[in-house]
Amino acid sequence: MDILKFLTAGSVDDGKSTLIGRLLYDSESILADQLEALHRSNRKNDDGSIDLAILTDGLKAEREQGITIDVAYKYFQTDKRKFIIADTPGHIQYTRNMVTGASNANLAIILIDARKGVIEQTIRHSFLVALLGLPQVVVCINKMDMVDYSEEVYDKIVSDYKTLAAKVGLKNVNYIPVSALKGDNIVYPSININWYKGDSLLHFLENVDIEVDDSTAHARFPVQWVIRPQTEELHDYRGYAGRVSSGSFKVNDKVTVLPSGFSSTIDKIELLDEEPAEAFAGMSVTIHLKDEIDISRGDVLVNSQYQPEVSQLIEADLCWMDTRALDTSLTYFIQHNSKVTRCRIQETLYKVNINTLEKEYNEDFKLNDIGRIVIKTAEPLAFDLYQNNKANGGAIIIDSRTNVTVGALMLRATVE
Amino acid sequence: MKHQLDYLDELEAEAIYILREVAGQFEKPALLFSGGKDSITLVRLAEKAFRPGKFPFPLVHIDTGHNFIETIEYRDAMVKRLGEKLIIGHVQDSIDEGKVVEQKGKNASRNALQTVTLLDTIAKHQFDACIGGARRDEEKARAKERIFSVRDEFGQWDPKRQRPELWNIFNGKIHKGENVRVFPISNWTELDVWNYIRREKIELPSIYFAHKREVITRNGQLMAASPFLNMDEEDIIESRNVRFRTVGDMTCTAAVESYAFHIDDIIEEISASKISERGARMDDKVSEAAMEDRKKGGYF
Repeated sequence: MDILKFLTAGSVDDGKSTLIGRLLYDSESILADQLEALHRSNRKNDDGSIDLAILTDGLKAEREQGITIDVAYKYFQTDKRKFIIADTPGHIQYTRNMVTGASNANLAIILIDARKGVIEQTIRHSFLVALLGLPQVVVCINKMDMVDYSEEVYDKIVSDYKTLAAKVGLKNVNYIPVSALKGDNIVYPSININWYKGDSLLHFLENVDIEVDDSTAHARFPVQWVIRPQTEELHDYRGYAGRVSSGSFKVNDKVTVLPSGFSSTIDKIELLDEEPAEAFAGMSVTIHLKDEIDISRGDVLVNSQYQPEVSQLIEADLCWMDTRALDTSLTYFIQHNSKVTRCRIQETLYKVNINTLEKEYNEDFKLNDIGRIVIKTAEPLAFDLYQNNKANGGAIIIDSRTNVTVGALMLRATVE
Repeated sequence: MKHQLDYLDELEAEAIYILREVAGQFEKPALLFSGGKDSITLVRLAEKAFRPGKFPFPLVHIDTGHNFIETIEYRDAMVKRLGEKLIIGHVQDSIDEGKVVEQKGKNASRNALQTVTLLDTIAKHQFDACIGGARRDEEKARAKERIFSVRDEFGQWDPKRQRPELWNIFNGKIHKGENVRVFPISNWTELDVWNYIRREKIELPSIYFAHKREVITRNGQLMAASPFLNMDEEDIIESRNVRFRTVGDMTCTAAVESYAFHIDDIIEEISASKISERGARMDDKVSEAAMEDRKKGGYF
């Protein structure tokens, strides 16, 4: 059994909370005391049925204001898979929350209200999903019950969305007509939508392929910690502890340490008492090298044949996440894997109006603004282009005054 | 070649990664050990993250003085086996120093008092990061908390001012006086923890398994009869077959009737469970927003 992490993009008005509630309720993922709280609540739908949106209700502060402030994580599992839902608010003022939720997801569900079709919000959500490079998208055309389960309405929306998907560069898009309120095609196939022959949403989520290709081409191992017991019996023990961020490493692979550029060969891979012959993407292990090289936290081991970019001047997409605007005269920190160094935004190239996808040319990056910049770092970064390797192409910007994470970076190119 | 990690391997690898980030980013971290299965799981994960080296942090136990004796015995045996350092913060000391006042009445519990002892212990040892075993599936306030959760000098959590947490990059930069609570098993569910304990053959305190115990029924829940529980003539002591799903203070941890003597029985019981884990904690039931309010006050 594996884990699928997915993001739900849409607003309360699209029935997002109801959709998640329905998924949990119909897949019997709600426990008795939670169910009791649900039935005890005064909130009901117009027809007297329980309001499933209550299941995703969050904090007191949110209930008072009737909004979703942040990313909430929900967990459920079926016989086939474990699921982690990143439930993010859909309004434009929460763009940074959606970017955050999307950064860790394998798949996005984009919700469209069948009565409204593709609207500004759909463009925004689709752009963000493409920007963050999510490999799979499911477009749920919701509230089909409100349009008499019309195939015509559905076809029109699918056709409109295909145009949008091509424009923002989304691949692997699937479409499902649903009614979260009535339960059509969420867990069970719908009897009301007999013209649709595809999967229900849950069935799709259970079976979609999320395996990652981890050829040695992207073998990357950021060193987090050096294990040196320095006891009598383990006097010479020196293990590099970290998590394979992408690709795979085998014993006897030739590796290069970046940014120093020294090379060696993998002697041994350890995980407590086990000694696996191979460590692939996602595994936390300890690696031993045949030669003694000076390696510390912040360095990265890579397969010597396939080296990443190493640069101090990088073009990147930036999502600004702080209420204080970007200041190009300030020095910030950049954190990329286990490495932290100082940086400056050397140049802002353009911003994208995420509702219309048009480029705008002004330097002012405020909260939720997204665009292209050039960043200069105090020390060289060993990175991959985000579009080729998400795990080694993302970074964050930290305000050195407040220590807050103020920006997300998708590294796109080395500036020559 | 294509690979996908099994879910327990993935959760384990993520937690080890987070523990190593704590080691790499902080000067004086600590692992909060409660004696419960979640913190026992953390200890196992720390072994995987740092052995054959020493843990780069001590274990810290906030002792209410109302613990199950089985928990304390387990704790001491475990520390001995590991050869790691244990620091104990006593709630009794906070009471003696007049920093907190013991609650009165039938539902009196020291559970709320331990926040003060925790904050004092953090201040005394100047811990800049405290690792805890909280999980997001436990409760809806927890569902929104970050893996690296920054607290101000009063230990407060502000849900509106959380740092965005992107990819697997954790920002542990803080100012002096602040500290970070770190939750490596945020993404685990109760069932995941049990399945992991079974797979790793981790020993647990005996109270997790069904045993005969003297209990009273209070507010519809079974509470262990003990000198710490304020009882009166209305309370009827019965002997029942019970087990505990969480290990906390004896005054606020309810038992469930159970014949689960083996871990396989427990996993089966939970898989078919009709009540979630925190449903058996009286302290969360006081108000619907109980957990959110306590976290804002510095609770784990």
